[in-house]
Amino acid sequence: MASNTAAANGLSRFLSDLGHSFRIFLRNLTRNKVGFVGTLMILGFIFLAFIMPYFVPAPHKADITKIYERPSREHLLGTDSQGKDIWAQIVHGGRDIVVMAFLTGMIATFIGVSLGSLSAVIGGPLDSFLTTLADVWLTIPRFPLLAVLAGLITLNNIITLALILAVLSWAGLYRAIRAQVFSIKERDYIEAATALGLGLRHIIFSEILPNMMAYIAINFTLAMTAAIYAQVGLVFLGLVPLTRNWGVMINLAWTQGAIFFRDSIYFIMAPVVAIALFQLSIVWMSRSLEEIFNPRLRAGR
Amino acid sequence: MTEYLIEAHNLTRQFGRRRERVTAVDDVSLGISEGEVLCLVGESGCGKTTTGKLLAGLLKPSSGRIRYQGQDVWTQDKESFRKYRLGVQIIHQDPYASLNPSHTVHQILSAPLLHHNLVNGRRQARERVVELLQIVDLTPVEDFLTKYPHQLSGGQRQRVSVARALTVNPSFIVADEAVSMVDVSIRVSLLKMLSRLRMQLGVTFLFITHDLALAKFFAWEGRIAVMYVGSVVELTSTPELINNAQHPYTKALLAAVPEADPNLTRRKKPITLRSQDIPSLRNLPPGCRFHPRCPLFEEGLCDRVAPKLKSVGENGHQVACHRVTG
Repeated sequence: MASNTAAANGLSRFLSDLGHSFRIFLRNLTRNKVGFVGTLMILGFIFLAFIMPYFVPAPHKADITKIYERPSREHLLGTDSQGKDIWAQIVHGGRDIVVMAFLTGMIATFIGVSLGSLSAVIGGPLDSFLTTLADVWLTIPRFPLLAVLAGLITLNNIITLALILAVLSWAGLYRAIRAQVFSIKERDYIEAATALGLGLRHIIFSEILPNMMAYIAINFTLAMTAAIYAQVGLVFLGLVPLTRNWGVMINLAWTQGAIFFRDSIYFIMAPVVAIALFQLSIVWMSRSLEEIFNPRLRAGR
Repeated sequence: MTEYLIEAHNLTRQFGRRRERVTAVDDVSLGISEGEVLCLVGESGCGKTTTGKLLAGLLKPSSGRIRYQGQDVWTQDKESFRKYRLGVQIIHQDPYASLNPSHTVHQILSAPLLHHNLVNGRRQARERVVELLQIVDLTPVEDFLTKYPHQLSGGQRQRVSVARALTVNPSFIVADEAVSMVDVSIRVSLLKMLSRLRMQLGVTFLFITHDLALAKFFAWEGRIAVMYVGSVVELTSTPELINNAQHPYTKALLAAVPEADPNLTRRKKPITLRSQDIPSLRNLPPGCRFHPRCPLFEEGLCDRVAPKLKSVGENGHQVACHRVTG
């Protein structure tokens, strides 16, 4: 009986602790209004891309009688050149973009953070080699290279595409992270950790990285936005054969001469606005991430 | 010859390459016995901190040797080096830079305990952390465990730094200007705490400071080494140094210490130096480094030959000056 109450006490304390940290998390999230709006918008886009497709039927059927219709109750955003519902295309075309953006951001950040911190901490020939490589890499025009690569490799799935985009963007991130690690590793608390014999792994992961989380989060969002533009660009040029995607919509609108018809404004503007809003929400969300990862704010004032 | 806990032999450390090369510490030899306190006094930039870091093993000497418990620090095997690494700790000058801003006090103190298996599990780590915070007078302990460094005052942070150094039970602590950046009102209590640690735990101290008054307060039973531009110019017991300083530089330093009583300060006779400029490390004067400023300067001797530390009088009073003879 006694142990039962103890366990119950422990559980309730655990739950209240959890509730407490969640409240702190929420407070930091909402501290920055712009960041909070961005986060809500991101959640909205995730909902749109992953949940909505179950409720909105895929736009398979063309209907010649309903070409370029204006928005109505039946067609929220009107119809395209084949009479397909534009809203349904937006709903079904978001998943690739969202998944690919997160994936590219993750891989690019991972490469940048590991190479950047290794380079700064180990130094010597490795550092010189990587820095030189990064400098050369940054001079390569990325988009034409991507276009050439698209001819060599069949970029028909988002994972390959995300990997390639991430690898192509490593250099900028690497330099940013390396500089940051260089400035942190000279601080007194790192020296104290060395004197305490805490070891290289502890120093990198427990002493240096936590102080860069806000910085890493921001670079993560920047990598995401760059990835979205790159992917949409490739799809628009028709170099990546992905089906149903906001980029494909722009491409179709373009090739079918949407820019010549005033009626087709909804067809071409819907994906453009969707992409722009998604980018905006990512950039805004990074403001909230900054607050969350700032230790000065984490525990409240 | 007495057995020292830690000793430096002809310790030299240079920074930079080729024309940029400067010698921050030049041929310093000193030894500190167990339980003793040695104060390193000198102007800023004279190599005090570098000497401290060399002794703490945070910098490698360019030449010369450091021996800890009789063993050469940089040539010993891994296991002995680990013992040295944990046996020697440093307390930094700036309490705002020496604690990781993203860790709580508990995390800062428990990390070394857990890493080196000095405690059995998290529960014992917590007990030890509480104990350490009590040792450094941060009570009630519960108020501090979950605090981040930015929520503490300078004095409190410095106490956390001391507690962190104590986690690995060091036998030697380098206190690098440990109290110079906290408010004057807190200094004395911090110093008293450090003195208490020295008595209770038998920790040996190298106390680095630019303030002779602090050195006098903290190391009355110990010794003081006065440094000038990279080398030790005078080394003796504290009372002897205060009352019977021999080196002209030490005399000038002592004369410059302001007294609490303004009348006393006004009546003090300052020693007129021939020049007020500290020589640049890039362009050191030949012979005795102090000769361009020294009131006892003798041409042909002081600007030719660098004086070595030599004993004058009894009690191992050592001075590096041609003009001082025992």
